[in-house]
Amino acid sequence: MNRKTLSAMLLASTALGGAAHAEITLTIESWRNDDLTLWQEKIIPAFEAQNPDIKVKFTPSAPAEYNAVLNAKLDAGSAGDLITCRPFDTSLGLYEAGHLADLSDLGGMANFSDVAKSAWQTDDGSATFCVPMASVIHGFIYNKDAFEELGLSVPETEAQFFEVLDKIQEDGSYIPMAMGTNDQWEAATMGYNNIGPNYWKGEEGRLALIDGSQKLTDEQWVAPYRQLAKWGAYLGDGYEAQTYPDSQNLFTLGRAAIYPAGSWEISGFNNLADFEMGAFKPPVPNEGDGCYISDHTDIAIGLNAASPNAEAARTFLDWVGSEEFATIYANALPGFFSLSSFDVAMDDPLAQEFVSWRGECGSTIRSTYQILSRGTPNLENETWNASAQVIKGAETPEDAGKRLQDGLATWYEPQK
Amino acid sequence: MGKSRIRWHIVVFLAPAVLVYTAVMIFPLFNTLRLALYTEVEQSRVFVGLDNFRRLFGDPLWSEAFWNALGNNFWFFFIHMLVQNPIGIALAAILSHPRLRFAAFYRSAIFIPTILSFVIVGFAWKLILSPIWGIAPDMLKAIGLKSLYAPWLGKEEYALTTLALVSVWQFVGIPMMLIYAALLSIPEEILEAAEVEGITGMSAFWKIKLPLILPSIGIISILTFVGNFNAFDLIYAAQGALAGPDFSTDILGTFMYRTFFGFQLQLGDPHMGSAIATSMFGIILTGVCIYLFVIQTRIRRYQF
Repeated sequence: MNRKTLSAMLLASTALGGAAHAEITLTIESWRNDDLTLWQEKIIPAFEAQNPDIKVKFTPSAPAEYNAVLNAKLDAGSAGDLITCRPFDTSLGLYEAGHLADLSDLGGMANFSDVAKSAWQTDDGSATFCVPMASVIHGFIYNKDAFEELGLSVPETEAQFFEVLDKIQEDGSYIPMAMGTNDQWEAATMGYNNIGPNYWKGEEGRLALIDGSQKLTDEQWVAPYRQLAKWGAYLGDGYEAQTYPDSQNLFTLGRAAIYPAGSWEISGFNNLADFEMGAFKPPVPNEGDGCYISDHTDIAIGLNAASPNAEAARTFLDWVGSEEFATIYANALPGFFSLSSFDVAMDDPLAQEFVSWRGECGSTIRSTYQILSRGTPNLENETWNASAQVIKGAETPEDAGKRLQDGLATWYEPQK
Repeated sequence: MGKSRIRWHIVVFLAPAVLVYTAVMIFPLFNTLRLALYTEVEQSRVFVGLDNFRRLFGDPLWSEAFWNALGNNFWFFFIHMLVQNPIGIALAAILSHPRLRFAAFYRSAIFIPTILSFVIVGFAWKLILSPIWGIAPDMLKAIGLKSLYAPWLGKEEYALTTLALVSVWQFVGIPMMLIYAALLSIPEEILEAAEVEGITGMSAFWKIKLPLILPSIGIISILTFVGNFNAFDLIYAAQGALAGPDFSTDILGTFMYRTFFGFQLQLGDPHMGSAIATSMFGIILTGVCIYLFVIQTRIRRYQF
């Protein structure tokens, strides 16, 4: 057999092979290991039904390790085709390093507002590199049965909030609030950034911090720490060593009455809790104050620039921008609210409660996420530490504010 | 003939080990040392000499974290030396007692934790000590000492010591085994000779056996030192990369991990990470050299 016929045959065999099963498998990198079944049973089948040539595999890793694992995989060239994007700098860094492809020209992008896209754009907004999937809203989930039993009503103001906590404490049959400081991030995410926007007036304060006209030592940034300092007394015994799963279990087992939450808990809690749950938004400092909620752009999905299946991946990403995906996702994962401009109907009452606040209150995102966590010391990580320290009473609110401000001022020009 | 001949068979026999070792140990080690001399500016790698080290030791932001981690590391090592090795020696002495029954069972039971994964050990102890589900509070309650219970892993003042003791629990089998082997190798004649002289029981241990196992104790100390200063897994499994509460359990390994790979919103900085790794290497190398050149040469060896 001469070389020509051999290569012709090889060519023919690949062409034939291609025609016979032109199947491409796309792999998704994600930190949402809780969502594995939802992807496998609902989202992926819906996509594969329309695109029989493309198979999709969802391969999540543990949330705390995701960033490190992903970076290592990207550098080694072994990462999946589709990358679930953390908001802001983590993803911006990946884009700038050439790991994420520019998706500005993707058709599905038209379905998102500028605010929705802002978490996954270059600072000047010229390139968007991830398709926004969902935001999460902060608030408090409470045990409705416990509230009825103790004759409590949902608190609107800070004073009422502590009244409710006092009553639960007095009664003694429930731990007033389920949260621990062992893992630190809950204290910052479900504590500081949950109740904070009411004090710093949402976007107004957040943007003022970025342009340097407000400081972390200002009253509106220290006041949330003052409230957190009072939380310690209402958390369960040994909360210092209580982990995040411990808190989730305490609440869903009905041993705690209130859970400082992010809406991402809803689907998990629905499966575990056998009592009725309700939600209330972060209490405002004084009666009649305008309310603000943290409606955080949390999750998006982008394309690995080194992916050999870019065409198929773009088809998938385009579908992520569609109304069909938004509806499936928002209902399969109540608590992850669609960022698209479609009016997505949701069935879950708890999710409806959370999303209804969007109409009443000003929305903002977590204060530390955009730009401010770029340097060393890292403001987000410092906020974890400070929030946990303040709750434990190991640091005063004023000291915490000063420490964070000093740290930020060492590297952030507008705050110098 | 012969003297200048290259003995090819030595080269051939050594080659596989040398090649594998170079590829997976020596090359990465030197590459890490090299990486510490660079930094990243605008997506490209720039040579900066010792600048990373100047930042690590000169900039209070970095140096405080570094000294904190180093101090914690020494405390971690101190607890091991104070608790693990004496207990290991005591256990070995008891096990080598000729009239002890079920010695093989005890030996295996004490050694088994050593082969467990850090993740299992970290997780199991976290559960045991948990204030909510753990058996530690209930057990203390059963003997009326509930007031002694504290959420140890969540308290700044106890967390590191608690973790060090967990690590001791896991690894006490290693000094035990090494000392046990050393004790068994002491010839009967020496002990009999001592007995004839009237040295028996405890004084036989202190006067005869202990001096004979000193070289083994030296080896164990240096193994503990190297192991402790390279430690990372247990802290990471139990407290996470942020080594809470308030960095009180942060050791060089977790500090290096956080810096090298990044954490949450903090992006990884392989160059500063390498600088920390290089410092760790330097500290361990210094420790080992002190042992090799100062201590080991002074320990008397006995030939039987």
